[in-house]
Amino acid sequence: MTKGKKRNELLYFAFRNTKLKIGLGVVLFFIVLTFVGPLIAKYNPTDSVGPAGAPPSAQFWFGTTTFGEDVFSQFVHGLSSTFLVGIVGGGLGTILGMTIGFAAGYRGGNLDEVLNVLTNVVLTIPVLALLVVISAYVKVRGVMIESLFIGVTTWPWAARAIRAQTFSLKTRDFVDLARLSGESPVKIIFTEIAPNMASYLFMTFILMFGSAILTAATLDFLGLGPTQGISLGTMMNLAVLWSALMLGMWWWFIPPGIGITAIVGGLYIMNVGLDEIFNPKLREM
Amino acid sequence: MSLNIKNLTVYYQTLKGDVQALEHANLSIADGEIMGLAGESGCGKTTLSNSLILLKPPMKLISGTVELDGKPLPITDMARMDEYRFKKVSIIPQYAMNAMNPTRKIGKMIEELLHSRRVDYSTLRTELTRRLELVKLSPDILDMYPIELSGGMKQRMVMVLSTLLNPSLLLADEVTSALDVSSQKSVSEMLVEFRKREFVKSVVVITHDISILYQIADSIMIMYAGQLAEKASTETIIHRPLHPYTHLLISSLPKVGVRYAEKRLEGIPGNPPLLLNPPIGCRFRERCPMAFDKCVEEPPFEEIEEGHFVACWKEPKSYAQA
Amino acid sequence: MAKYFRRKLLIYLLTFIIAVTVDWCIPRFMPGNPVDLIISRAGLKGSAVSQMYTFYMQAFGLDQPIWKQYLNFWIAIFHGDLGTSIFLFPSPVTKVILGAVPYDLALLIPAILTSWFAGNNFGAFAARSKRLDNTLLPLGYILTGTPYMWLGIVLAWAFGIAWRIFPIAGGYSFAMRPALTLPFIWSLFQHWFLPFASLFIVQFGGWAIGMRNLIIYELEADYSHYLAALGAPKRLVRKYAFQNAMLPQLTGLALQLGVIVAGALATEVVFSYPGIGYLILQAIHNEDYFLLQGCFLFVVIGVLLANFIIDITYVIVDPRTRAGMQGGAS
Repeated sequence: MTKGKKRNELLYFAFRNTKLKIGLGVVLFFIVLTFVGPLIAKYNPTDSVGPAGAPPSAQFWFGTTTFGEDVFSQFVHGLSSTFLVGIVGGGLGTILGMTIGFAAGYRGGNLDEVLNVLTNVVLTIPVLALLVVISAYVKVRGVMIESLFIGVTTWPWAARAIRAQTFSLKTRDFVDLARLSGESPVKIIFTEIAPNMASYLFMTFILMFGSAILTAATLDFLGLGPTQGISLGTMMNLAVLWSALMLGMWWWFIPPGIGITAIVGGLYIMNVGLDEIFNPKLREM
Repeated sequence: MSLNIKNLTVYYQTLKGDVQALEHANLSIADGEIMGLAGESGCGKTTLSNSLILLKPPMKLISGTVELDGKPLPITDMARMDEYRFKKVSIIPQYAMNAMNPTRKIGKMIEELLHSRRVDYSTLRTELTRRLELVKLSPDILDMYPIELSGGMKQRMVMVLSTLLNPSLLLADEVTSALDVSSQKSVSEMLVEFRKREFVKSVVVITHDISILYQIADSIMIMYAGQLAEKASTETIIHRPLHPYTHLLISSLPKVGVRYAEKRLEGIPGNPPLLLNPPIGCRFRERCPMAFDKCVEEPPFEEIEEGHFVACWKEPKSYAQA
Repeated sequence: MAKYFRRKLLIYLLTFIIAVTVDWCIPRFMPGNPVDLIISRAGLKGSAVSQMYTFYMQAFGLDQPIWKQYLNFWIAIFHGDLGTSIFLFPSPVTKVILGAVPYDLALLIPAILTSWFAGNNFGAFAARSKRLDNTLLPLGYILTGTPYMWLGIVLAWAFGIAWRIFPIAGGYSFAMRPALTLPFIWSLFQHWFLPFASLFIVQFGGWAIGMRNLIIYELEADYSHYLAALGAPKRLVRKYAFQNAMLPQLTGLALQLGVIVAGALATEVVFSYPGIGYLILQAIHNEDYFLLQGCFLFVVIGVLLANFIIDITYVIVDPRTRAGMQGGAS
């Protein structure tokens, strides 16, 4: 089968796949909202602009907080830090996972042994507890620092998966051919191995993206999120801290949770769709 | 006649349309006959064999009937067919290396399988042991897990299990392709031995490797792109083939023992057609050196001389002389 | 087999050493000295500051050479000495944490076990019917995308505030004193139920879709086709598929432990449930670094122990590992 034909076929299945369409639709919706939201939102997210604890109304779509801040403005501004953590944290985790996975899988031998033990060690450490301890000591935290922490602690899962894939690819003819023609390992990895598992790497990134968002939400909820600015997790943190539960101010804590759940759930469903497209065996008949 | 297939047409349903994997197959196999079934990969060999034992989606029966021992075989009725499977029709699958549940001891798996088919394991136990010894396996392997067996051992174990209930028809799909040369020989000899001892009546041996068929098959059938091309005795197929495809296939075999399907048929230019939208008529016509106007119609699979069937419009005699 | 265990033990040992080292490093190499913090909180001035400083430096052993401090840290750990809590001064950290551990175990063990078994069974069941499958799958993915604490918040709000069925704060009623009486146990149960339920629900979704995917994979496996070709009833084929799919799910459980524990910690915060998660929050708010260190260490030890238990279970459940053991001996 020629390359063009194969791509056409993938697109053909992509357009037919309901899971991909739904998942991608939800994620795109929130991405658009991230960019358009701040333009629609009438208020600064941290300004006291209305009555305290007002339920949703025409003026304050998602109601207001105890301090009279507009929840909708907070929500759309919070979305951007959620996506930032996903891209940077998930991306960094994927890149580290790729580096270690490729090195271990392609080189094998002692390097593989060492990296494998390292991967398993970091995999066993309860990452969130570690992040909590680290974050607790850093007094000024930004979204980037948070993403960095998440990235450097969550790579092992990706490394394991990529290592296994590399292992099976490196014995294939075209890799042998490249090796015999004297190409360097780095070049072989990037020109022969990585392109042949591109779909797999992409799906790994999506999973890492989703889990980075969840991890960040938990950290933020524990009050260890960005010290300035707003995120969906800190919204939940403040809501609980200021007794939104007791006061029945559901509009304060429901939207951020729905936002996170929809984005991460959408990413996961999208991934199932992609899996079906790339693996013909899973396609529904 | 042990097996009688009439006008069998089976398609694979896919999102892009039907893959016409088996078209108008007419075929008989006699009691005690070992028939080799050969052709390039994707020619419909495995489809033919699977439709005789496990015809399930995405496979779909378009037309045709199958009779076994004079009685119709309900190939499309999954539930009624269960009664025939294993007892009347059995299979040694292509994937015999992975055919056994990895987390069950082999004996335990056999016991559970037989029990589910309401066959008493304890009464079969001695026969099972005897047959294991026949294929040079120790009965101890019944206490082992499949992972503890070598490839050849698993292959022989599956052979014994598949034929344990003395089926009338055994479908042996690529039984030798995963084995080394010496195991290939012993496995194929065992098939002949099984027939001699009447563990099985008739056998269809599906293979890439025609050289195996030289040694064990009574007759050989050649398929091309979902159509039956030619069937005759092994002797005839090898020395006096009539179908142009068979002719090219046999003559392009450099030596006995070379698996032709892994190499492109260099003597025949072009590729087999895609079966999603195959050409009407003889599907070999685009590659056939003798093709002429008539070939746009589908040639019947006709008996030219006794036991020799060919699907070709070309005057057989004139072709044979050419 | 023995090699398998040796390897695992090596990894656990290394994990422990690294965790302890990280635990030791963080307060020492992070900006802000804990002693400075204590002193600034005490609001002292003048010469009292330097006196206090020396006192605390000695008390915490921070005046010794680095390698000695590290060694002392290990020695202290083996004596079960994790220092003194600042927030609950002068209770030893170990004692504070040991008081919280039962709540964690009571929450985690039932939540993990019930959701794992129920999720697997339901996933296998759902894989049978197209309709159930079509509803389960999206729901399962939405559940796995749900942050634990948010589900906890929603449950607390719905059942605790809106409908007033369950209490939403504490481990037992504040009006009671711990005693082995029926009302007290009932109170414990009431307070336990919602945190348990939120942990259960999120995990249940994950296990159910995991099992559903694995079952479909196993049903497509060669051994399933072979059984079907030999006329084995669906029941037997499904039984084999289910049993074989349980094995990767067990490995999955080991991999998920960290995430589950993290979820439990956050859930405890929502419900002010007096486990380690709640202690961590207190430690953060009160800048009680010894307590935080201790909590981290306990979580690590707990996860390692659980991993080890799963490893042993795996060997018991997967006959192939034992078969390998025999093979090695012969």
